Amino acid sequence: MKTICFYFQVHQPMRLRKYRFFDMGKSHNYLDDAANRSIMQKVARRCYLPMNALMLKLIEENRGAFKVSFSISGPAIEQFRAYAPEVLDSFKKLVATGHVEFLAETYSHSLASLVDMDEFRSEVRRHSALMEAEFGQKPGAFRNTELIYSDAIGAEVAALGFKTMLAEGAKHVLGWKSPNYVYAGAVDQKLRLLLRNYKLSDDIAFRFSNRGWDEWPLTADKYVGWLADASNPGEVINLFMDYETFGEHQWADSGIFDFMARLPKTALAQKHGLRFATVSEAAGNNQPVAVLHSPHAMSWADEERDVTAWLGNELQDEAFAKLYALKENVRKVNNPDFDFVWRFMQNSDHFYYMATKWLSDGDVHTYFNPYGSAYEAFINYMNVLSDFTVDLDRALAGR
Amino acid sequence: MRVLMFGWEFPPHIAGGLGTATYGLTRGLAKNGVEVKMVVPKAYGDEDQRFVRVVNASDVVTRFGDTAHKDIWDKMTFIEIDSNMIPYASPEEYFAKREEWERTGSVRTGGDIWTGRYSFSGRYGENLMEEVARYAMVAAEVAGQMEGQFDAIHAHDWLTYFAGMAAKAVSGKPLVVHMHATEYDRSGENINRTVYDIERAGMEAADRVIAVSNLTRNIVIEKYGIPAEKVVTVHNAVRFAGTVAEDVERGVEDKIVTFLGRITYQKGPDYFVEAAAKVLKKLPGVRFVMAGSGDMMNHVVRRVAALGIADRFHFTGFLKGDDVQKMFALSDVYVMPSVSEPFGISPLEAMKSNVPVIISKQSGVAEVLEYAVKVDYWDVDALADAIYALVQYPALSRMFSAKGLEEVTGLKWDNAAAKVKEVYQAAIDSLKK
Repeated sequence: MKTICFYFQVHQPMRLRKYRFFDMGKSHNYLDDAANRSIMQKVARRCYLPMNALMLKLIEENRGAFKVSFSISGPAIEQFRAYAPEVLDSFKKLVATGHVEFLAETYSHSLASLVDMDEFRSEVRRHSALMEAEFGQKPGAFRNTELIYSDAIGAEVAALGFKTMLAEGAKHVLGWKSPNYVYAGAVDQKLRLLLRNYKLSDDIAFRFSNRGWDEWPLTADKYVGWLADASNPGEVINLFMDYETFGEHQWADSGIFDFMARLPKTALAQKHGLRFATVSEAAGNNQPVAVLHSPHAMSWADEERDVTAWLGNELQDEAFAKLYALKENVRKVNNPDFDFVWRFMQNSDHFYYMATKWLSDGDVHTYFNPYGSAYEAFINYMNVLSDFTVDLDRALAGR
Repeated sequence: MRVLMFGWEFPPHIAGGLGTATYGLTRGLAKNGVEVKMVVPKAYGDEDQRFVRVVNASDVVTRFGDTAHKDIWDKMTFIEIDSNMIPYASPEEYFAKREEWERTGSVRTGGDIWTGRYSFSGRYGENLMEEVARYAMVAAEVAGQMEGQFDAIHAHDWLTYFAGMAAKAVSGKPLVVHMHATEYDRSGENINRTVYDIERAGMEAADRVIAVSNLTRNIVIEKYGIPAEKVVTVHNAVRFAGTVAEDVERGVEDKIVTFLGRITYQKGPDYFVEAAAKVLKKLPGVRFVMAGSGDMMNHVVRRVAALGIADRFHFTGFLKGDDVQKMFALSDVYVMPSVSEPFGISPLEAMKSNVPVIISKQSGVAEVLEYAVKVDYWDVDALADAIYALVQYPALSRMFSAKGLEEVTGLKWDNAAAKVKEVYQAAIDSLKK
C-alpha cells in the first residue's frame, strides 16, 4: 500500500516600501503596509479561505482518511493576525479535526541555516513556540526555508530534537534512487527524510493549467492513476508545494479546486491501494531504505535545485553579509522593535528579488518580484538596512 | 544686433547642462541688447498638425519658472519646430526609441534624458540623421521667411548644425557654431564617424566657432583641423536667480560625498566608486551618494556590492526638481571625476550651495575655477586623498566653500554673453572683407 503525503507551505513575505536615501535617519518605517495588506487579503480570498474550507470538508467527509500537513511562516502568521484573522481561525478548525500536522520551520522564512547555526536554532525555536501557541501542537517534523537541506543542516535539525525533515528529491542528489521511500540523514541516521516527488508535485503546482501541456486537462482520475501505477513504485509519494498554488498560482477557473475536491475519494477507492498520511506518520510508518548524502545545500527552487536563487551574485552576497554582521548588535540592544525589523529583513524573498539569473526560471522570478530589476531591489534593501544600522548604532550608544 | 539661434529649450533640471547653458546665454544676450529669435525642436506628437509655431516668449519663461525681468524677454521670439531631436541622444539611442515606437506605438520615458519628451511620432525621421536633415529643411524655410530680421546665425551642438548651415545658405548671413561637447567627449576614441563629420562640416561652414573651454578648443583645432584663428573660447557661467539652497534637515550625522550626474563612461563614475572604497577603509563617518541614472548604473551597483561598501554607498536614482537642490544641501563634498568634460556646469551649482568641490583636470570648468580641488580623473589615490582632507579638516572645507561661493558668483552669463556678442561682430566683419 502506497502512502500519499501532502504538505503545503504557507508564506507571505513582508514587502519593503520604496525607501529612499532621503528617508535615511528620518523615517524608520520600512514596510509597504498597503501592499502587504492588499496582497494578504487578496490571497486570503482567492486561496486560503476557500482552500481551508475545502480541506475541512474533505477531512470530515472521509472521516480522517484524508490528511494533510502544513507549515506556516512567522511573517505569514503575523500578517494573518494583522490583516486576515479569519484565516487563522480557519486553520484552527483544521487543527481541531486531529488529522492535520503543522511542521516547524524558521520563523522568518530565513536563510540562516546557510550562514549562522546559532541564529538558525533561535529562529527554529521561536517558530516552534509560535506553532504551539497558535495551534497547540509541538512540531515533531521540520522543513527548512525553500526546502534547503544539507547533511550539516540535517544534523543540526536532529540535534534540535526533530525526528523528520523534508527535502527535495533532487536528481543530482538521488541519482538512480527513487524519492518514493524514506531515507535517513547522513550524520544523524535517526533523522528521517521525506523527499519531494518533484514530477508529481509540479504536475499540480506548475503544469495544472498549462494548455500547452500534453496531459492537459488533468483530472483526478488520471492523476490518481499515475500515483497508483506500478511504473511509479515506492512506499511514500511526497507531494510538497506552495499552498498558494490553489487559487493564486492556479486560478479557480482552471478547475484546481474541483480537482482537489475529487482527489481523496478517487484515491481512496480500494482498487488503488492508496492512503493518506501526515508527514510524521509517513516517516514513522516506513523504514528508511538508505542514507542520503547531500554535502552541499539543495533546495526546491529553479532548475538547479540549489541555493543560487538567493545567494551567489555580488548583490545578494553583499546584502546577506551586511545583514548578518548586525546580529550581535541586535542581540545587545535586546529590544523587540529592533528584533521585529531584524526578522523581516531576513525573509529569503528579499534576496530572491536580487537574483540576476534570467534563463528558464526568469519567468518565475519576475512573477514574484515587485521590483523592476535586481539592482532596484538591492538598492532599496540596502537603503533600509543602512538606516536600520544607523538606528541600531544610536540605540547601542544610548543604552 | 539680431540673431537667429538654433538652440534648446529645456527646463534646467531635466536634461543635462546644454539646456541650462543656452538658457543662461540667451538671457545674458538679451541684457546685452541682442535680439534673439530662438528656434527650438519640440515634440508635439500627432495631435498638433503644425510643423512650426511661434510661441509667446513669456510662455517659455514660465516653463523655466523665471517670471521676473519681463522686459528682457520682450527682446525674444520663440519658434518651435516639431521634432524629436534632443541633445545627448546618440544615433543608437534614437534608433532604439524609434524601434520601440514602431513596435508598441509609444515610447516609454523613464529616468533618463528622454523624460519630459512625452511624444514620439511617426512623422519624425526614420533615424537620427534623417531627422537632423529634415529639421534642417524646416529651418531653411524658417530662415527664408525671416529674411532681413537677423544679422547672424548661432547654432548649438551638432544636431542643429545642418539647420545653421541651411539658414546661412538661404540668407547669406554669417554662421557661428557653438561646441558644447565634441564626439570625443561623448564616445572616447570610438567616435561615431557620421556625428564627427557633421560636427566638422558645421565648423568648416561656420565663420566663427565658439568652444566652451580651452580643452574643447584644442580638440576642435587638433582633431577636427579647424583653423585656430576661427575658434574662440567662451566659458559658461552660472545663473543665480531662481532656487535658493533650502535648509534641509539631515537624517544622518555622517559626512556626505556626492556624485551627481549621468552614470555614463564620460562622467567617470567608476573612479568615484574606487576612491570611495579607499576612503571608507580609513574613515568610518562618511557616506557616498551617487545620484543619477545611466547605462553604467548596473555595473556600478555590482562593483559597489563586490567592494563590500553598499552599506555606506547609496544610490538615489535619477533626481529631478527640488531633489537636486536637496541633494546639494545634504552634501559635504561634491565630486565630478569626469573622464572628459567640455565644461561641466554642475560643480558650479554645488558651489552655489556652499559645497566644496573636487573636479577632474580633464574638465573645462577647471580652467575657470581657483577654489576647487583638481585631480586627474584616473588618479584614484589623489581623489581619495582630496575627499579625506575635505571631510577631515573643517578649516579646509570652510575655506573652499566660502571662497568658492565668492568665485562662482563672479561667473556671470552677462559677461559670457558680452564675449559672444563680440564673436557675432567678428563673424559679421569677416564676411564683409
